[in-house]
Amino acid sequence: MFLIYSQETDEPLSPGELDQVVSGHRAVMSDAERKGILLGVERLKPTPTATTIRVKNGLPMTIDGPFAETKEQLAGYYILECRNLDEAIEWGKRIPTMCKGREGCIEIRPVDDLQRP
Amino acid sequence: MNTDAKAAAERVFRQESGRILATLIRFSGSFDRAEEAMQEAFSAALTSWPEKGIPQNPAAWITAIANRKVIDQSRRERTRQEKQDSLRYQTRTIAYSESGEADETFMHFPDDRLRLICTCCHPALRPEAQVALTLKTLGGLTVAEIAKAFLISEPTVAQRIVRAKRKIQEAGIPYEVPSPDRLPERLASVQAVIYLIFNEGYIATAGDRLIRSDLCAEAIQLARVLCELLPHEPENMGLLALMLLHDSRRDARVNLSGELIPLEEQDRSLWHAGQIYEGLRLVESALRAGAVGPYQLQAAIAGVHAEAKTARDTDWLQIAALYQELARRHPSAVVWLNHAVAVAMSEGLEHGLMLIDQLGDTAELKSYYLYHAARADILRRMQRRDEALEEYQRAIALTTNAVEQQYLHRRVAELTRCRHDLVYPDG
Repeated sequence: MFLIYSQETDEPLSPGELDQVVSGHRAVMSDAERKGILLGVERLKPTPTATTIRVKNGLPMTIDGPFAETKEQLAGYYILECRNLDEAIEWGKRIPTMCKGREGCIEIRPVDDLQRP
Repeated sequence: MNTDAKAAAERVFRQESGRILATLIRFSGSFDRAEEAMQEAFSAALTSWPEKGIPQNPAAWITAIANRKVIDQSRRERTRQEKQDSLRYQTRTIAYSESGEADETFMHFPDDRLRLICTCCHPALRPEAQVALTLKTLGGLTVAEIAKAFLISEPTVAQRIVRAKRKIQEAGIPYEVPSPDRLPERLASVQAVIYLIFNEGYIATAGDRLIRSDLCAEAIQLARVLCELLPHEPENMGLLALMLLHDSRRDARVNLSGELIPLEEQDRSLWHAGQIYEGLRLVESALRAGAVGPYQLQAAIAGVHAEAKTARDTDWLQIAALYQELARRHPSAVVWLNHAVAVAMSEGLEHGLMLIDQLGDTAELKSYYLYHAARADILRRMQRRDEALEEYQRAIALTTNAVEQQYLHRRVAELTRCRHDLVYPDG
């Protein structure tokens, strides 16, 4: 799982930057699909649309905004089936992170096994 | 006989455990299983060797026995898992040989240790975990030895190692030699770990002993392994040369009461000529290969010092030029500081001091004790005693190493004496 953290800013991307982000994602998606390892990919709307539910004193509370006010916010994700961490790192280096304003980072996490009922 | 066998087993462990473990990890796909099997094989040796004699190739004997244990473990585990839930998650890493008995020829891949060191020094692990894991697996050091060397508790070391192994397993850090395009980056990480181990031994960051030579020797040994595995990599040679040249001065760096002796005042007859010879030859062949890097340049600098018969004979001009080259390729405030000191020694103290002051204006250097120590040293040479004293005091406040503090206090005492001599010339 590749979590895309982007710096959210109010300035929109320049047309050139936008082009870069879009073509970067297209390349990753089509390459991963061609290799048959693309298990999932989504883009998230920016954090002003976020709602957080947190249990307080045993009761679920609904709050406006993301879980934490940080510069870098979750902007989307990929799920790619990788042989090992080195392969994952190579994919991670290719994923653009600028989509919400300025460059952020990619966090790679192995997906754990889940037993579904 | 009994003691012979024990000594032989200890020798094999010291010299070969890294190699044996590297192979066993490839077979078993697990650090823990490999370690367990190797331990069992060594205990088997302690009962078998006194009776049947020490085998011709003790390391091969250990590997063969340990390998059999790995296969037994895998079989047992498979049976157990089959008996339990058949849908259970299978670890993907199990790669034991189906045929059972592995034949000798395919047991030792020359690059098993390269796999191991690349895995242990993977950048996805924390540096302190990289160091602990490398010393434990490749160096064959025990948790207790690592804890003692780094002045940390055994549980801390043990926990670092457990966590690192868990991350290797769960994050899927591969047990393989990186592809050629990724190798340089990974090799840099391996070299950094080895040099970190050396420096921890050479300039112990805390405590009352300046040099912990066991760590230096271990780092040199690891660098030798790296040179053996990738002999055409000039930075590997540079790293080995650098450490040999520094280590050659170990007996001259500290006097009998444990005080630090600066390069200038060292008894050069105490320098180890064999290490210097080897270091200089390595630097030469590395530089001839034509891919200059930071370890080679630092080794070349250490080489210029090593070649000077006396401190006065030191070719500071060449040292200044080498630091400049190093700073050009890898700019850092510390490198520029060293460059300034070399300029002070070759082109004039005033000029050097001016360069140091310029650095102090811009860099994070002001909280670094060597900045103040270097400035103090130049001021002392310029006979500006009061300013020198102030700088020595600042340096003392910033270092945590008792031996280095002691040295700086000695300088302060000398300067204070000189000042009194001036004020009371007769007294």
